[in-house]
Amino acid sequence: MKDWIRIGALSDIPRLGARTIETAQGQVAVFRTKDDEVFALFNRCPHKGGPLSEGIVSGKVVVCPLHSWTIDLATGEATAPDEGCTRPVESRLADGEIFLLLERGRKVAHG
Amino acid sequence: MNALPRQKLVVVGNGMAGMRTVEELLAIAPARFDITVFGAEPHPNYNRIMLSSVLAGEKAVDDIIINSRDWYDENHIALHAGDPVVAVDPVAKTVTAASGLVVPYDRLLLATGSKPLMPPLPGLDLPGVVAFRDIADVERMLAAAEAGQRAVVIGGGLLGLEAAWGLRRRGMPVAVVHLMDTLMERQLDVEAGHLLQKDLTERGLHFFMGGQTEEVMGTERAEGLKLADGREVPADLVVVAIGIRPNVDLAKAAGLEVNRGIVVGDGMRTSDSSIYSVGECVEHRGQVFGLVAPLWEQAKVAAAHLAGNADAIYVTPALSTRLKITGIDVFSAGRLAAQDEADEELIYRDSAKGIYKKLVLRDGKLVGAVMYGDVADGNWYFQLMREAADVAEMRDRMIFGQAYADHACKGKGGMDVAAMADDAQVCGCNGVSKGAIVKAITEKGLTSLDEVKAHTKASASCGQCASVVQAILAHVTGEVVEAKAAGMCGCTDLSHDQVRREIVAQDLKTMDDVRAALGWRHADGCAKCRPALNYYLICAWPAEYVDDNQSRFINERVHANIQKDGTYSVIPRMWGGVTTPAELRAIADVADKFAIPTVKVTGGQRIDLLGVRKEQLPAVWADLNKAGLVSGHGYAKGLRTVKTCVGSEWCRFGTQDSTGLGIKLERMMWGSWTPHKVKLAVSGCPRNCAEATIKDIGIICVEAGYDIVVGGNGGIELRGTDHLARVATEAEVLEYSGAVMQIYREEARYLERMAPWVERVGIESIKKRVVDDAAGRAAAHARFLFSQAYAQIDPWAERVKGLDAHEFNALAEVE
Ligand code: SRM
Ligand SMILES: Cc1cc2nc3c(=O)[nH]c(=O)nc-3n(C[C@H](O)[C@H](O)[C@H](O)COP(=O)(O)OP(=O)(O)OC[C@H]3O[C@@H](n4cnc5c(N)ncnc54)[C@H](O)[C@@H]3O)c2cc1C
Ligand code: SF4
Ligand code: FES
Repeated sequence: MKDWIRIGALSDIPRLGARTIETAQGQVAVFRTKDDEVFALFNRCPHKGGPLSEGIVSGKVVVCPLHSWTIDLATGEATAPDEGCTRPVESRLADGEIFLLLERGRKVAHG
Repeated sequence: MNALPRQKLVVVGNGMAGMRTVEELLAIAPARFDITVFGAEPHPNYNRIMLSSVLAGEKAVDDIIINSRDWYDENHIALHAGDPVVAVDPVAKTVTAASGLVVPYDRLLLATGSKPLMPPLPGLDLPGVVAFRDIADVERMLAAAEAGQRAVVIGGGLLGLEAAWGLRRRGMPVAVVHLMDTLMERQLDVEAGHLLQKDLTERGLHFFMGGQTEEVMGTERAEGLKLADGREVPADLVVVAIGIRPNVDLAKAAGLEVNRGIVVGDGMRTSDSSIYSVGECVEHRGQVFGLVAPLWEQAKVAAAHLAGNADAIYVTPALSTRLKITGIDVFSAGRLAAQDEADEELIYRDSAKGIYKKLVLRDGKLVGAVMYGDVADGNWYFQLMREAADVAEMRDRMIFGQAYADHACKGKGGMDVAAMADDAQVCGCNGVSKGAIVKAITEKGLTSLDEVKAHTKASASCGQCASVVQAILAHVTGEVVEAKAAGMCGCTDLSHDQVRREIVAQDLKTMDDVRAALGWRHADGCAKCRPALNYYLICAWPAEYVDDNQSRFINERVHANIQKDGTYSVIPRMWGGVTTPAELRAIADVADKFAIPTVKVTGGQRIDLLGVRKEQLPAVWADLNKAGLVSGHGYAKGLRTVKTCVGSEWCRFGTQDSTGLGIKLERMMWGSWTPHKVKLAVSGCPRNCAEATIKDIGIICVEAGYDIVVGGNGGIELRGTDHLARVATEAEVLEYSGAVMQIYREEARYLERMAPWVERVGIESIKKRVVDDAAGRAAAHARFLFSQAYAQIDPWAERVKGLDAHEFNALAEVE
């Protein structure tokens, strides 16, 4: 069953940056845009599995660090001419706290 | 306005000729047809030629897609990929696909290509036997390579050799069985064929020449080949590459006139007036086809007819061949040898260098060329043949190449692009003339190779002619390059140089300031301009600017190189390539403690620890720091290594202390940020064991002092350094090098290495400022040292202390 799980504060993520979350389904990258919007994607590039959390974020896209595919943060879709999609995770921001819609489970927070 | 109702065009075959016809048609009559394309393969249209490079691991499948699915959507083309057409009804004017789909047409284009020729051998249907034609074949071969199997290729022609080489590159033991005694006998003469065989043998291929395959051995799977003379070749993978046969099944069943191929007239029309055909499936005036150059002509003619111009006529162009095996240069065109007394052969042979050239002349004209080892002049010879130029006057010189035959040569690749005729063909694959390239450059204002590629297709297939295209671009844009330099990225039309100038002129000190003042289209820039701006600001305001980590590529952000599996590599600095037992012990201990999978000596005289997980990095660095080891910046657009030789300390020929000088240079320059990476080397004498002449800055010690050389590169495009100055003392070496470094930092565009920068501004301009102008030199050196005061902080030590801790651990774990 899915549940909204608090995974940290907005301020834990640098602007135009990302942090990762370990989940039973795999690593999730949580991105923060310049205007403090938050997006989350499974952390595997549709091309060859590159860690999207390590890419450069601008606007609402991230450029994969391995071969520079551009991935839309909201949909997880690669931008033309590349094709492919990374699974997005729904996210919500309340009072500076980030919540992700994830499989319910035990949560271990780090500093 | 009342538009004409669109007609229906159905294309069978989503390959190179079919889709090129559609591209041509869209260019001249975009609204004439509703287009439906059927393809037997489940992929959008791709560059079949490049399958050889995919097999060899030089390209990925994604790199060879010509038109993506988006392209079909944008042009309103209905694509049915993976759904072959199984029947054509020329009376009802419909096609039926395997899925049962029936689509009517007004015009039909058959572009079904060809099928691999399969000899009637026992065992050919066993698993493990493949052809080399499409992506699926390549995938099967790669799977076999991964399984560590052995391969045998039947056929020593172009295709067979490219298959064999690709598999060899993938680590397989590979044998080639060829029916004839010479490889590629249809394209090469005996001598060139033997040179090729010798080179390929040295690269690890085994040849069974004069070998007639009798059967594929094995019961469950292929186990090898048995040859007619009794020889046996064991193998788990059998690749059949003996030729191709036009794919005419559909046309034949539909009652069209079919010979070896689908018979077409000069307008590419078949015996049915509504049906056209192009590509390897056709037969035109008794000829069938196996290279792309003629197909592009066919595509043009078919498109013209479909668009309503009945005048276009197809004429088969002259053909030339190249082999796409990296490092092996083969070219041939026209006659391979004299056919009678009226033909003359000119031969050049340099056995030491493995170069062989043969020209065939008749009546003072060039009618054939075979080249091995040095093919730089292939395009020129081919051009002379196509023009049927009178070469009697340069007969004695022409075998040495164009540069020697006429002294006017300027461009790269042995081509005098200025003197080239407008209809001279530059890109053999796509049939693009010099005139077409020049026209596109001037009319569309193109400024980069990529743009020329996109607009004209020149060099978009095999890429061999890229240097000529580049030379034409340089020639046409010539003086105006600066004024028309491309914008930095999609965010601005300003060039790198203009942006740098404005940063200083307008005193812009943050990225937001720059973007606001210069009218950036996106408020936070993009992944292209942000790293560049970040560098330009650091360089302009070393004491004030606060580095923006989020604008750095991951390697520079976490001070380690990301690897393909998401782990990192760690290279500590080893000053001048010198180390100690204590340092080596510390490295060994770290490798043990963190179970680091690979420890490797790099090409830059230091040690690389590969496969470190991101969260381990700070702890690894802490241990290395304890032993006095700091970051080697192996990841940075900054100073990398200073390689040295042992020099006068030990070497019997050493003239100066090259090792000590290298260390001093590295101590002065480490930590600096630069437009691209910078590498130095210091050799103790002209034997140059540290390879100083292919470094960004090199020092060669001589009895009388030190030669400073700059602008070398051993990377993608080999370039030897230019000589800057000879100086007498170490102090001068440091000052001159520091000054060159600073001028490069201030002038070069982001991601422009020192070699292309020196080429662009010219060594004379650098000499003027560094050698002739003592005050200017001292000032540049001082500016460099000033910025170094802010740059020389070990980034690893800072992170061991906790800087950017968020980079190195997960935000949370959800179980
Ligand atoms: C580790 C090393 C190979 C090795 O195992 O020996 C290496 C590894 C890489 N090289 Fe290199 N190069 C290494 C020595 C060289 C050399 C030899 C030398 O420095 O004497 C060259 C040719 C000399 C030159 O640069 O002119 C070299 C020319 C390149 C190039 C081509 C640069 C060019 O201007 O043409 C690239 C591509 C680039 O930088 O864009 C490249 C890029 C790379 C990258 C960064 C590729 C990448 O983006 O991942 C590799 C990073 C590996 C890693 O994660 O650590 N590497 N590379 C060598 C590290 C030396 C060191 O101690 O720092
Ligand atoms: C590995 C390799 C390397 C090569 N290297 C070179 C080179 O260096 N230089 C050069 O000039 N040429 C080279 N060639 C040859 C070149 O690729 C061909 O000449 C060219 O692809 C032919 O184009 P085509 O459109 O006629 O056929 P194809 O590109 O084969 O396209 C035909 C398409 O039609 C499809 N099709 C067939 N039947 C049906 C059906 N009933 N319904 C729907 N679809 C159907 C096929 O699946 C195929 O995708 C190379 C070929 C190979 C295989
Ligand atoms: S370059 Fe000269 S000094 Fe250095 S090792 Fe070679 S021979 Fe000796
Ligand atoms: S893995 Fe992301 S672009 Fe290749």
